[in-house]
Amino acid sequence: MEILIQQFVNALSLGGTYALLALGLAMVFSVLGLINFAHGDLMTLTGYAMFFAIGAGLGMPLAVVLGIACATLAAVAMERVAFRPVRDANTATMLLTSLAVSTILHMLFQNLISARPRAIPVPSWMIGAVDVGGLAIGVIQLMSITATALLLIALSIFLRRSTLGIAMRAAALDFPVTRLMGINANAVVATAFGLSGLLAGVAGVLWLAQRGSVDPLMGFLPVLKAFIAVVLGGLGSLAGAVVGGFVLAFIEVFLRAFLPDGWLPFRESITLTLVIVLLLVRPEGLIGQRENVR
Amino acid sequence: MNNGPEHLLDVAGLEVRYGAIEAIRGAGLEVCKGEIVALLGANGAGKSSFLNAIMGLVPLTSGRVLLDGEDIAGEAPEAIVRRGMTLCPEGRRVFANLTVRENLAIGGATRRRAGDAATILTGMLDRFPVLAERHDQMAGTLSGGEQQMLAIARAMMSAPRIVLLDEPSLGLAPRIVDTIFEMIAALQHHGATILLVEQNVDLALDIADRGYVLASGRVALAGPASELLASGDVERAYMGRD
Repeated sequence: MEILIQQFVNALSLGGTYALLALGLAMVFSVLGLINFAHGDLMTLTGYAMFFAIGAGLGMPLAVVLGIACATLAAVAMERVAFRPVRDANTATMLLTSLAVSTILHMLFQNLISARPRAIPVPSWMIGAVDVGGLAIGVIQLMSITATALLLIALSIFLRRSTLGIAMRAAALDFPVTRLMGINANAVVATAFGLSGLLAGVAGVLWLAQRGSVDPLMGFLPVLKAFIAVVLGGLGSLAGAVVGGFVLAFIEVFLRAFLPDGWLPFRESITLTLVIVLLLVRPEGLIGQRENVR
Repeated sequence: MNNGPEHLLDVAGLEVRYGAIEAIRGAGLEVCKGEIVALLGANGAGKSSFLNAIMGLVPLTSGRVLLDGEDIAGEAPEAIVRRGMTLCPEGRRVFANLTVRENLAIGGATRRRAGDAATILTGMLDRFPVLAERHDQMAGTLSGGEQQMLAIARAMMSAPRIVLLDEPSLGLAPRIVDTIFEMIAALQHHGATILLVEQNVDLALDIADRGYVLASGRVALAGPASELLASGDVERAYMGRD
């Protein structure tokens, strides 16, 4: 029983990180129809920003703030410089543009910093565990779950209450008509990118807290997982991206915990097989709607 | 009529091209303040292209679009809406996964002061009481007629100086169409200026002051609505013979 709850907490914590990343991807996709390959590099950027901030002796809290701010600004800059000029081009052009942005960032990280991992020392008080109702829960897990929950609640309020938030949901359904409401297209797209950067930044901090180091390809694996989560939840659905992130994490964590040792090497294949089965049953994704496919 | 200040909307020499296809070949029209003007024509005559081009949704090749004397040709749709012209698009296109309340809220997004939007909203809910009943329902769950009312109310939320209505009768039962057209006529009584695109000639000319008939991207016929209704020329122009 205790192991079950432990694993549940682990899955919730990992799922939160996937959910934040997937939500950022889905936000940009729902507004622009662009799958942003460079999303993972925003995470990596957070890592390097923190590495240099700590190196400069700024301390962990400030490093976290700087790391997240860096990802947010970089996402907005990315849209301004790379994606805005090709916004009206076809999907393949935008896809290739994002691939180019991603490649350029990899090269810069590798050549200007290093191909080898750079350590980001995790403060000692974060290593331990706290006692929650007789269970030892890792501090990092607890922080990660709390941060995810707070961020998701804040975003949900923004998307439901503010005019810009409603406009973003409207733009996901019908961009031209949203412009007919007098909503500035650039503002909606820039906000989508800014929020996706913010989410990637927070996910980057959570990821780093678990790993303790940053390398040029740090963002690749988690964002690959987030892609899967987005498709699993229903491409273009924000709620779907969050659900997909958690479902994927639960599958992964529980397979890792309860598969017989001999099967463990096939963990990833089994995970992906399960995802494919889910998609065969519900091709529109867990939350996606058929009528949204235009 | 010449280009006097009485023209709220004045379009001349409009050309729209999709690749090699010329959708609009030098069409123009005028709408005076307080008028309902009908823009008629068969399927593919270019009516929607005309509206989309003057709203900035599709690029125009050439032409002049004056809104209250200012040239707005080629501006972005959101900028044109802020100047006071809006379009209620063909096929209603309400935001299906947003509530009625949210659809109306975003329609009033250009009203900067919250008080303005609230006053307009109260007016709209008085005029379209069914929207008040369905306030928290997803727009996608409304009937076709209710969605059309929502689409018109949403467009009116920006308090436009002129509203372009694209095929408000499309896909609706005749009884519902009558209701919608009564509501459009009522909007005029409350001071709205309307450019109405329709395939349903009789209905449109019944509430319009004047009418234009597009054929193959050109204005084939223009005149007061009563004369167009009586003459029978409209049917001939519909066949597209210039």
